[in-house]
Amino acid sequence: MTLIRTPNISDPDGFYKELMDSQRELGENEAALMNAKLVLLLANHIGDRAALSEAIAAAAGTAA
Amino acid sequence: MQQTYRYPEYAYRQSDEQASGRAQRHRVVVVGAGPVGLSAALDLASRGVRSVVLDDNNTVSVGSRAICFAKRPLEIWDRLGCAMQMVDKGVVWKVGKVFFRDEPVYSFDLLPETGHKMPAMINLQQYYLEQYLVDACERSGLIELRWKHKVIGLQQAAGHVALSVETPDGVFATQADWLIACDGANSDVRTMVGAAFTGQVFQDRFLIADVVMKADFPPERWFWFDPPFHRGQSVLLHKQCDNVWRIDFQLGAQADPAEERKPENVVPRIRAMLGPEVGFDLEWVSIYQFACRRIDRFRYGRVLFAGDAAHQVSPFGARGANSGVQDTDNLAWKLALVLQDAAPEALLDSYHDERALAADDNILNSTRATDFISPKNRASLVYRDAVLDLAKTEPFGRALVNSGRLSMPTPYPDSPLNTADESPFDGGIRPGGNCADAPIERDGKPAWFLEQIGGGFTVLVFGQATSGAARAAGAANEALTVGKATPALLTAGKDFSDSEGLLARRYGARPGTTYLIRPDQYVAARWRGFDAGKVRAALARSLSVGGH
Repeated sequence: MTLIRTPNISDPDGFYKELMDSQRELGENEAALMNAKLVLLLANHIGDRAALSEAIAAAAGTAA
Repeated sequence: MQQTYRYPEYAYRQSDEQASGRAQRHRVVVVGAGPVGLSAALDLASRGVRSVVLDDNNTVSVGSRAICFAKRPLEIWDRLGCAMQMVDKGVVWKVGKVFFRDEPVYSFDLLPETGHKMPAMINLQQYYLEQYLVDACERSGLIELRWKHKVIGLQQAAGHVALSVETPDGVFATQADWLIACDGANSDVRTMVGAAFTGQVFQDRFLIADVVMKADFPPERWFWFDPPFHRGQSVLLHKQCDNVWRIDFQLGAQADPAEERKPENVVPRIRAMLGPEVGFDLEWVSIYQFACRRIDRFRYGRVLFAGDAAHQVSPFGARGANSGVQDTDNLAWKLALVLQDAAPEALLDSYHDERALAADDNILNSTRATDFISPKNRASLVYRDAVLDLAKTEPFGRALVNSGRLSMPTPYPDSPLNTADESPFDGGIRPGGNCADAPIERDGKPAWFLEQIGGGFTVLVFGQATSGAARAAGAANEALTVGKATPALLTAGKDFSDSEGLLARRYGARPGTTYLIRPDQYVAARWRGFDAGKVRAALARSLSVGGH
């Protein structure tokens, strides 16, 4: 599996709002902790090591 | 300090060669009488090879130091006849618990499987372990232990190594066909041969304290991340024998070792951890930093490196002494066969191939654990804390918690000594893997499989009533011989009984299944049926005998 980089979320605005709302009341440290947990949960859900490596490179700006 | 143990003092004796001034040529000189050097000498002796062990001190390890000894090294020491003493004296444990701040996160079991002679792990102070190994060396009759002997010069000559050795009586010269350097992380021998020793040095400082207390903790490994009694750092607790407990405090990179070592600073840390009502006495304190690095080549001509002299790891995972003893397990049979003209010198190059791979595996694992325990920046710390939080409720989070991946034997799947499977093999142990133990019956009495192998090469054949096994039973051992090496033939169902069927299950065996097992109890090759020609070819490959 390669990383899906075209739109794949049926409700982009709704998803984005839900994500923002979840952190609206959080301080910087709490938000950082929550983001880390979110990354870990999603990474485990994806599981595919090649897709995870591709996502890490894309986020770090080091993707080919 | 140190009330539970009295250090033995081994007598210095002037050797005949120093007294006479005539250098002798020894088969093997081992430098360093720590766990690795003593095991090397014992392993060689078990294969009929004499050795001289030189050590610059005259006692055992000062302080408990390496305390966790894993199943595989215990199996090696059992082959050398001294493991039961260690297991009887040591604290057997298999449960580890991880805490984050003031809450338990999860616990793990190292050996959920029964049917192994040796436990998953014991804790035993290094001084006891060394004392037992010294006793075994003294019993062997093939090992000369020379205390207060410091190697100060080394030269490789044609066919031997020439040494200058300093003793209380001055300096003398001696020679060896082969030298095994087990002289630790700061190896002088390594410097003398000009070997490179590179890797990563970690800045974090750690305090280890042995305390004597009558406490009510179970014999488990407890690891705290960021506990209330030592904020922002980690703490590790282990039980040792004689009511001695090992407590390991992470101090950070800024700590002042001279200050931290003082009892007036150590005691309050321990009191904060144990609570005011628990009485304890300080037994031993040490401050350490660590590095993960490896020598470039394990063999320099006639000098072979083993243990910390060849590789250093962080303490997380107990991979130091445990892997060092697996070095000598790998080396001793090869060197013995070379000395007995049963294998070419090229066999010794496989020592580097196999054990450098293992060292890299240990360094990788211990570096990863170190990075988890001691995060290098804020982002790493946030992820670490996120993992620990998630692990309380999410099973996947537990797999990410790394408080040290405990020492397991490294397989050698691509070793030049292996013969690849000729057809897919369902389960069992692959070529390059170490043999699993199993309970068996021999002569009507309960015994263990690993006790049956490890002298020389073994051909293990499963099953009685099949044509393959019948051919095996009928095959004269000479049909399997390569040069001077003749494997022992061991037939399950004839020489012993696989009483619980566990051996066949662990080896993925059907009637006729045949394994060629090396003297270090690693699998060299395996087949679904017995064929003397194939066994002989695989044996030749395992000996590095020409054309393979």
